[in-house]
Amino acid sequence: MPLTKEQIAQRIARELKHGFYVNLGIGIPTLVANYIPPGVDVVLQSENGLLGMGPFPTADKVDPDLINAGKQIITTIKGSVFFDSAVSFGMIRAGKVDLTVLGAMEVNDQGDIANWKIPGKMVKGMGGAMDLVASARNIIVAMMHTNPRGASKLLSRCELPLTGVRCVKKVVTDLAVLDITPDGFLLRERAPGVTVEEIQSKTAGKLVIPSEVPEIVL
Amino acid sequence: MNKVVTGPDEAIYDINDGATLMLGGFGLCGIPENCIAALVKKGVKDLTCISNNAGVDDFGIGLLLQQKQVRKMISSYVGENAEFERQLLSGELLVDLIPQGTLATRCLAAGYGMPAIYTPAGVGTEVAEGKEVRNFRGKDYLLEYAFDADFAIVKAWKGDTMGNLVFHATARNFNPLMAMAGKITIAEVEELVPAGSLDPDSIHTAGIYVHRIFEGKSFQKRIEQLTISQS
Repeated sequence: MPLTKEQIAQRIARELKHGFYVNLGIGIPTLVANYIPPGVDVVLQSENGLLGMGPFPTADKVDPDLINAGKQIITTIKGSVFFDSAVSFGMIRAGKVDLTVLGAMEVNDQGDIANWKIPGKMVKGMGGAMDLVASARNIIVAMMHTNPRGASKLLSRCELPLTGVRCVKKVVTDLAVLDITPDGFLLRERAPGVTVEEIQSKTAGKLVIPSEVPEIVL
Repeated sequence: MNKVVTGPDEAIYDINDGATLMLGGFGLCGIPENCIAALVKKGVKDLTCISNNAGVDDFGIGLLLQQKQVRKMISSYVGENAEFERQLLSGELLVDLIPQGTLATRCLAAGYGMPAIYTPAGVGTEVAEGKEVRNFRGKDYLLEYAFDADFAIVKAWKGDTMGNLVFHATARNFNPLMAMAGKITIAEVEELVPAGSLDPDSIHTAGIYVHRIFEGKSFQKRIEQLTISQS
């Protein structure tokens, strides 16, 4: 069974280490916050100017001036701090954020990522993604393995305009966990019941298959 | 020293066709609602707007777009505005999409009196086209220029009669950066207090950067994504 979006987030949450400062992008990455393992103390950074992002508020605690980068109403936690957008991207650029998780339309086997534009169709803008991928020490992409038309999103060469080059370290999809290595996508884990052959057939980029590919444990 | 003006109409009286404006805010959070309404009323055209987002169809900068008052937008993310996307794809509107950190830092540079900065954001992408690339310690960076805006229009939580500003929560975002970067800076605040009533240790923007200030009559503070938890 391929993983659900929640399960992709749950698998990525296992990459969080105690003491990490983490930036979660919009979409599946946002769900990672729901699966932070017990005893792992991480601080979530929201690039619109907050360290220490809390959960959604109850109806009586709504503050329209308190949102995350996805424009959702949120709360603070003990130790939260607000700052302006230059400080926010200053800490990102200076490599203070330990892990960035973001979605993608395409990733290639050298770690290039495309996630901001489909020429002639969709032009939403890159937001903070280009700053994050250019500077984050560790970048994990959370996405479906194929697009809605069934075509692979793991390519040898991105066709869409790039967001960043040689920056992605790991990709977690509904089918597999893959590391970006100098040899290409290294297949680390597969979704329960999904065969290596299926992953191979849905991966257009170079795939390195070790002798043992364990199933993902959630 | 008194920077107080009567309201948004007086604050924007000399903003004319073709002006370059910086507008604070992230999404609809911390936007200068009263000045935007005054600009719509005045009907100035051919504006260049530097702002992280372009509002939504019926609020924020979206109101200026509806009236076709904007010639060019410089933003990082415009996903929530269908009219924007329509004008962009049809070629009616010029748009410069730039990385959000680059946007912030180009404001910062202007406010700090520096002509340009180097940033790694966009290296190897179409954002880098035509830009100087320089390698420092083994990594490539793009040369990006400080913004040169005629007016900065910001929204603060509190301000005093000398133009000192305090922001609230994530409504701070680009506001203090733009306040420092405008040739003329206009601040609309939720609460205008006499000079001396703000704690000098807690002021985010020094009044030297602010030329005109007024208390906004109404703030809708629209919420884009009302996310409520049951427990």
